[in-house]
Amino acid sequence: MPREKILFAGGGTTKSWKVLLALRILALIATLAAAIVMGLNKETKTLVVATIGTVPIKATLTAKFQDTPAFVFFVIANAMVSFHNLLMIGLQIFSRKLECKGFRLLSVAILDMLNAALVSAAANGAVFIAEIGQNGNKHAKWNKVCDRFSIYCDHGRGALIAAFSGVILMLLVSAVSISRLSIYSNKPSTSTAAAVASP
Amino acid sequence: MAKLTKRIGALVLRLAAFGAALAALIVMVTSRERASFFAVSLEAKYTDMAAFKYFVIANAVVSVYSFLVLFLPKESLLWKFVVVLDLVMTMLLTSSISAALAVAQVGKKGNANAGWLPICGQVPKFCDQVTGALIAGFVALVLYVLLLLYSLHSVVDPFLLQKS
Repeated sequence: MPREKILFAGGGTTKSWKVLLALRILALIATLAAAIVMGLNKETKTLVVATIGTVPIKATLTAKFQDTPAFVFFVIANAMVSFHNLLMIGLQIFSRKLECKGFRLLSVAILDMLNAALVSAAANGAVFIAEIGQNGNKHAKWNKVCDRFSIYCDHGRGALIAAFSGVILMLLVSAVSISRLSIYSNKPSTSTAAAVASP
Repeated sequence: MAKLTKRIGALVLRLAAFGAALAALIVMVTSRERASFFAVSLEAKYTDMAAFKYFVIANAVVSVYSFLVLFLPKESLLWKFVVVLDLVMTMLLTSSISAALAVAQVGKKGNANAGWLPICGQVPKFCDQVTGALIAGFVALVLYVLLLLYSLHSVVDPFLLQKS
């Protein structure tokens, strides 16, 4: 008897379904914004590098995100996480009629957790490199970049803020996925009786 | 009987994760090298880089958490909490490894476009110890991912793992 109770329509319009959808849309927007803003981050400037006598020697320097492997990983990881969110949103909307089989919910929960870890790695790796670029590091004698390429740093800052909100949102999405997993499970000790009766 | 072996397996896994995080912490903290050439002497220690300090703090938090969860009784209601906290610890571990790796990569190869010179040529022992700490941190991360899957499994009924 309990087995049939599990196989009802997949969620429908329960509160957790709505909350999960809203969180996923926000996470999609945040990670996509982070990937796009960092992906288009480029600044070219003509700087004076040396002075010979009274003649200044100018060189055109470009700051682009491909110079730093941490930023490349940042763009790729945020693109992957936003693609995952897009896929999950599509799955949630278009499979309302499908049966809520256990394996599907479990794989969604596991994928959400892995993607939350991925986006947190990407955001954090980039923020520490950006901190060196902003403040320099006098122990290693690495000088600041942000005083000369201020637009590059501003865009980077925006992308990092978007990525960190994506991290918090992905953590919430994973938490809600895990709670949905335990609501629709068969454990009699949890409050499944009430949840199963009214999907 | 199978439940007991599973529980012992999970305990061993958590002990191993605790050991790995502690090892990463200790190796990073004790990495220090003094190099001198001409009249200049420079000392490289882990507090020079903010990313390494964050690595130490994150691994300390993970070690303390693992140690505390080792003593959690089996029937406690806190196991549901442990799933989410395991996820948070995994995110902490991945972020700390990513940050330390990013900075160590710049230290090893430098960044020609930003004018940052590599420092590993001058302090090779420091670089080696940082690499060792990163490897230990990576082992801790892999163990934590396995632990996360196990905690999820122990909170959710095993019925869900079979296809119906």
